[in-house]
Amino acid sequence: MSFTQLILYDDQFKQINEVLEKLYTETNAKVLFLVDRNGQLIASTGETENLDTTSLASLTAGNIAATGSMAKLLGEKEFTIIFHEGYRDNIYISIVGRRVIMVVIFDERSSLGLVRLRAKKAGEDLTKIFDDLMKKVESKTEEGVSPFAEITDEDIDRLFSE
Amino acid sequence: MSFINYPAREINCKIVYYGPGLCGKTTNLQYIYKKTNPDSKGKMISLATETERTLFFDFLPLSLGEIRGFTTRFHLYTVPGQVFYDASRKLILKGVDGVVFVADSQVERMEANLESLENLKVNLEEQGYNLDKIPYVVQYNKRDLPNAAPLDEMKKLLNPNTVPDFESVATEGTGVFETLKAVARLVLVEIKKGASE
Repeated sequence: MSFTQLILYDDQFKQINEVLEKLYTETNAKVLFLVDRNGQLIASTGETENLDTTSLASLTAGNIAATGSMAKLLGEKEFTIIFHEGYRDNIYISIVGRRVIMVVIFDERSSLGLVRLRAKKAGEDLTKIFDDLMKKVESKTEEGVSPFAEITDEDIDRLFSE
Repeated sequence: MSFINYPAREINCKIVYYGPGLCGKTTNLQYIYKKTNPDSKGKMISLATETERTLFFDFLPLSLGEIRGFTTRFHLYTVPGQVFYDASRKLILKGVDGVVFVADSQVERMEANLESLENLKVNLEEQGYNLDKIPYVVQYNKRDLPNAAPLDEMKKLLNPNTVPDFESVATEGTGVFETLKAVARLVLVEIKKGASE
């Protein structure tokens, strides 16, 4: 079985945050976050204090997965954008670099057109960063030995000791 | 597919509870949720029908503590067990790190158990996984019922490869944490193997 992990390093995390911060400012959004297609939250910015970002990440990935299956039933490769319009807040979801999902939550201080325009550019920047990240993960050389290679049975036992 | 986040010092893994309809997958998660310290868990999300049958999935994020300076976060999911929700089941297996197969011990549910196990194998293969190679445990649930099948028979039918297996009564919590610990342990061992390759 291929056990390719997604590994996020400090350098890429910094670059990702810069892109998100820029998009946050440019769109006047409330919250931005990035999610792995498997539902793991990668990064977030904005008014996240009162938001359950872990659950949102999982539900977003489920949403994208379901939409992807609907696309296939219609003979489409995928739907790259999903938009939810609410009474107060709206959610704009787009797939970035086939692997990551970008979510923009915004209200009347912004507009769908603006979000769409800026998110497209941010998506291109993020795709480059994630392409680099995947190369780095595959080469497995730069960061030296993973700390998890050293996991012992005692470490695992300790996790389960009450 | 686990996700290692160096800046946040976190390791995230996905565990899926699989099994036939009404075997007790959601009950497993509900018990874990009820008995876990509020600091170690997130909100439990259940996407269910009006009759409380799982429609898409249940989701429970859980922290088990630190390992090598990294917080271990397990994302527990269940699939809808009813046969006609196969499309949803496939989606939830994406990126899975470990599987718990929950079997219903009632004699009359044995065929449903076998059908679900076969469905698990097929759906995993579609995602490029092999049940013989991923972290996998079996739970024989509802052992308290008078019509429970003999354990030996269930083992022979549902666990021919003798992976770790557990008897349980999920409604009372018997065997629930033992099952979770066993699958979490196998996932961590797999991550260790992956890291040292």
